[in-house]
Amino acid sequence: MKPIRAYGMLALAVSVSALLAQEGGNAENGKRLFAEEGCYQCHGYAGQGGGAGPRIAPRPANSGIQYIRRPTGVMPPYTTKVLSDSALADIRAYLGTIQPPRPVKDIPLLNQ
Amino acid sequence: MAKPQKTRVNRRNFLKGASAGTAAVVAGAVGAEAQQPVLEAPRRGATPLMTKEAEGVTPTDVRVLENQRPGSDFMVDVIKSLGFEYVCANPGSSFRSLHESLLNYGGNKNPEFITCCHEESSVAMAHGYYKIEGKPLLVLAHGTVGLQHASMAIYNAWCDRVPIFIILGNTLDLTLRRPGPEWEHSVQDAAAMVRDFVKWDDSPVSLQHFAESAVRAYKTAMTVPREPVVLVADLGLQEAGIKDEKSLHIPKTILPTYPAGDAGSVAEAAKSLVSADFPVIIADRLARTPNGVKLLIELAELLQSPVIDPGIRMNFPSRHPLNQTERRNAVLADADVVLGLELGDFWGTVNSYQDVLVRHSKSITKPTAKMISITAGDLFIHANYQDFQRLPEVDLAIAADAEATLPSLIEACRKLIDSDRKRAFEIRGKKLADARLAALAKAREEATYAWDASPVSTARMAAEIWNVIKNEDWSLLSDTEHFSRWPFRLWDFTKHHQFIGGQGGAGIGYGAPAAAGAALANKKYGRLSVTIQDDGDLMYAPGILWTTAHHKIPLLSVMHNNRAYHQELMHVQRVANEHQRGVANITAGLTINDPPIDYASVAKGMGVFSRGPITNPGDLGPALRAAVDVVKRGEPALIDVVTQPR
Ligand code: HEC
Repeated sequence: MKPIRAYGMLALAVSVSALLAQEGGNAENGKRLFAEEGCYQCHGYAGQGGGAGPRIAPRPANSGIQYIRRPTGVMPPYTTKVLSDSALADIRAYLGTIQPPRPVKDIPLLNQ
Repeated sequence: MAKPQKTRVNRRNFLKGASAGTAAVVAGAVGAEAQQPVLEAPRRGATPLMTKEAEGVTPTDVRVLENQRPGSDFMVDVIKSLGFEYVCANPGSSFRSLHESLLNYGGNKNPEFITCCHEESSVAMAHGYYKIEGKPLLVLAHGTVGLQHASMAIYNAWCDRVPIFIILGNTLDLTLRRPGPEWEHSVQDAAAMVRDFVKWDDSPVSLQHFAESAVRAYKTAMTVPREPVVLVADLGLQEAGIKDEKSLHIPKTILPTYPAGDAGSVAEAAKSLVSADFPVIIADRLARTPNGVKLLIELAELLQSPVIDPGIRMNFPSRHPLNQTERRNAVLADADVVLGLELGDFWGTVNSYQDVLVRHSKSITKPTAKMISITAGDLFIHANYQDFQRLPEVDLAIAADAEATLPSLIEACRKLIDSDRKRAFEIRGKKLADARLAALAKAREEATYAWDASPVSTARMAAEIWNVIKNEDWSLLSDTEHFSRWPFRLWDFTKHHQFIGGQGGAGIGYGAPAAAGAALANKKYGRLSVTIQDDGDLMYAPGILWTTAHHKIPLLSVMHNNRAYHQELMHVQRVANEHQRGVANITAGLTINDPPIDYASVAKGMGVFSRGPITNPGDLGPALRAAVDVVKRGEPALIDVVTQPR
């Protein structure tokens, strides 16, 4: 087997296991990791986004959570070396628990 | 010129053995007319002062007991001729005579003393004051230790093109220096330390020299591009009696007019703007005065072209249909002409630069887009400090003051607009107006996320503040970059004094004192001054809170207390990831926690009304209302809000 092919299979194996882990992510642990791993710094504690990073809760608007592995913009990369697949699944589970907010029309302060 | 008043000498502080009749006056100090009484020096580490023994004086010593007209009185006449409203200073013996003259001879009025607890605060107060009032404040400082403290704030003012008038005390003639601190407080060339980032400085050696250089310094500072200046007031010159006062003359201060763009270049710019499909205007340090805002509205509406106002000054109403700051890269990508008005970083505006492992940049604009710049920045540059940014490749560089050039540019455009262009402009304007409304709706929608979160979201904080100030004549005195520009996204900015931009040189420690200086300027207009105060910034020199209490400066400070040097935290996080080492251990040196600082107690201890720490967003509204009542009574107030990071 040529090395390049082996590399490809390995990548496939990783992404399948990542998907499996995400299904059963632990939201409680994800909340802790979201702070500990610094996601809150740019995305806010509730993933609401702001000047340093976009809103990613309840889910990212443009791509999946896997975006963090190979960001194409200015977000710093989180490889498996610093954040495991299961940790990422927990973070994803945490983001999924964040409830959608009230609509603008129900918040008088946002109508002036 | 004011009449000299008779000054009294406290004889207890002088020795009784000598009298004026036997006084020997030794010529010294600096310059021909300087006459310096010989003062006997106390010895270091000696017995307590103020006794004959302690001062080591024998009855044979001769002393001058009175100096009814010190040189510093004349300096006050000069200072008064320049029309300063206030003088900000932390006291220093190297300008003690000038200090006393300002109080007793000058009557502590125009300028009035503002007691600052740090020279960086003095300069930053003057920085903020200028951006409201449009004229400089006077700052006094020791030529050595005071200037060293002040230097960071001077650099900010330099980068922000703000004139500050700084007078430094110094003792040049070594025979006049008391042993000890007066030597440590003396310097051969006081201004050398800041010469790279002031526009001009001088060290006068006579009173006439002082007068002429003071007027020159003022004119230089106020000529665009405006910058700080430094003048040294030699202590010998301050304290020596004035000789031959009749020969002294204070030159009149006539400020130079503003350079406007030449007719040919203005016509060329107008032709490009009117014939363009999508001209984009970027206004940076444009509006020196409220008229700058009016003129920009006129030009934009005439062309129905989008305006980007990046938040360096208040140039353009935030909710104006043509304000496309929220969509800046989208409109720049469509531009066929870009007009930069006093744009400090043209290159950085039309290029995106990625802070990733391999840094790279990409043009935002089309390669065919024509770039036009109007800036007085082209008239003046210094070496060494690199605040001039990358060289922009513009197609037409009009080296002139943009506000002064706008009237002729508007007229030149008006002449070229026919009915066809007018129709095309209207269609363009309609689309932009729709996009502006959509951007406002989107901002409001984004603000709903984390609305009830604790720590309080920055969007919620901004909306709560807007709720209590919107019906007042308000003035926001802080930058908005550290809290996601929420005020610009949610509030309705219309007036020049409603925003003053940020530090200039990104030097932290500017925010609190600059807000205090700007609030001091706003005071006489009865405006409600409000600042959203970063926690790290306040901790540089929190004594400014006492200054606002002492001088009754009405200022509402709302803490954006994210308990970190958050910008730097994100930087270290970025490289930790790039180094593949994770971020679990990176908070050392970056957070301001453990213990968290109780800013309400800090403020209370300085005599400032306060509430907090507020962690529940529901508590914010009532606290803000209570604070606004205090500020409207003419006093400062601080609300500590524990916030989301950005
Ligand atoms: C230093 C700032 C920063 C940090 C820390 C950070 N991000 Fe991001 N993130 C960004 C930015 C900026 C973007 C927008 C895309 C870009 O420029 O790369 C982004 C984009 C994303 C996206 C894609 C959004 C979309 O709409 O598709 C996801 C998902 C994401 N981040 C998750 C995370 C998670 C999870 C963490 C923590 C493990 C994290 N980020 C840490 C700045 C950051």
